[in-house]
Amino acid sequence: MKFTQDKLGWEPWLEPPAEDELTEAHRHALVDKARAASPYFRLLALDPRVLHARTTTDNDIFYNADGGLPRAERELAATATSRHNGCVFCASVHARFAAHYSKRPGDVQRLLDDGVDAPQNERWRAIIDAAVALAATPGALGADHLAALRAAGLDDLEISDVIHAAAFFNWANRLMLSLGEPA
Amino acid sequence: MTADVIDTLARVRPGSRLDLLRDRRPDAREHAQRAYDALFAPDSEEEVTSVERAAVAAFVAGLHQDPAVARHYADRLAEHAPGLVATIEREIEEARTVGPYGVYDEPALAQESLIGPAYRAARRDALGERLAAALDHAHLLVFRPRESSRDALKTLIDAGWTTAGVVTISQLVAFLTFQVRVVAGLRLLGADR
Repeated sequence: MKFTQDKLGWEPWLEPPAEDELTEAHRHALVDKARAASPYFRLLALDPRVLHARTTTDNDIFYNADGGLPRAERELAATATSRHNGCVFCASVHARFAAHYSKRPGDVQRLLDDGVDAPQNERWRAIIDAAVALAATPGALGADHLAALRAAGLDDLEISDVIHAAAFFNWANRLMLSLGEPA
Repeated sequence: MTADVIDTLARVRPGSRLDLLRDRRPDAREHAQRAYDALFAPDSEEEVTSVERAAVAAFVAGLHQDPAVARHYADRLAEHAPGLVATIEREIEEARTVGPYGVYDEPALAQESLIGPAYRAARRDALGERLAAALDHAHLLVFRPRESSRDALKTLIDAGWTTAGVVTISQLVAFLTFQVRVVAGLRLLGADR
C-alpha cells in the first residue's frame, strides 16, 4: 500500500469493546455518536476523558470557521504531517479533504506521490515546510519558516492555525499508526 | 482547575497577542488542557499509575529537548517519584536522537525507508519491566511511529499492560508530541516582530 486519496479501512491490533458493550461514558467520549461504528474510536473510548478532550480539540482546530486559515490549508498541514510521519491512513483521509476544499487534487496527489519536497506554489510550500519542521524531534520550526509563511500572505491567526493543525496530527498519527493498520 | 500548561510553557500573558489568538480557538485551548488533566489527574490509577504517567512523560519531554517543557515534566516526576529522576535522566541522555525515521513495510515505499535506532531502556531493574517496556514503546512512538506493529503491542501486554492501559499510555505519549509542538510554535510566534 502506498500514499493514496482512496478510502481505506483500518483494523485494530487490540480488541476494542463491541458496540453493544459501550457505556454512557464511552458514548459521550465519542462526541459524534456515529463513531460507535469505528473500531478505532471504540478502542480510544477505553480512556473516555482523554478521547473526549482529543476529539473536541481536533474539531475546533479543523472546523472552527471564525476566520483564520481556510479549511483546505488546515487539511494540507494535516496531510503533510501525516505524509512525513508515515501515516498512510491519516494521509488518505486528509488528502481527500485537502483536495476537496482546495479543488486541487493534482497538487495534493503530488504531495502523496513524490513527498513533502515535491514542487508546490509559494503558499503551499510555506505551509508544508512549516508542518515538516514541526514534525521533527527535536523541533526544527524556526524564524525562517515563520518569515516564509508571512511572505506567502499568512497573518497571525492563519499561522497559529498551521501550527495547531500540524501539531495535532503528530498526536493523531501516533495513535492511528500504533494501534492498528490500514486494511 | 490547574493553570493552563500551554500558556505557562509558551509564556502566554493575559491580554497579549498570543492570548487573544488562543481565544479564537476556545475549545482547542480548553480541551488541550482537559487532555492534560485527564492524563495527569486521572479518575483512576488502576491501569496506569501516577508514577508511570510521570515517568513516561518526563522521558518523552526529555527526548524533545525543549528546556521549558522538559523541566515541567522533570519537576512532576520529582514530585511523584524522586527515586526515578536520575534513572530517567540517564535514559533520556542515551535515548536522544533525531526523528521521524523508520522502515516502511510497504514495498512501494521501501525507497523512503530511513533506518535508525530502536531504543531499549538499559536500567530495567531500577525501572521495573512494566515501566521499561513503556519507555521502549514511547521511544518507538516519538521517533519511528511508522514502525509500529502488532508485536510492539504484544510486548506491552506481555509486560503486564492491559488493553486500556496501552490506550492510555499511547494517548499520553501522542498528546505530549502535540503539546510540545504547540508550545514551541506559539513561543516562536510570540517572539516574532
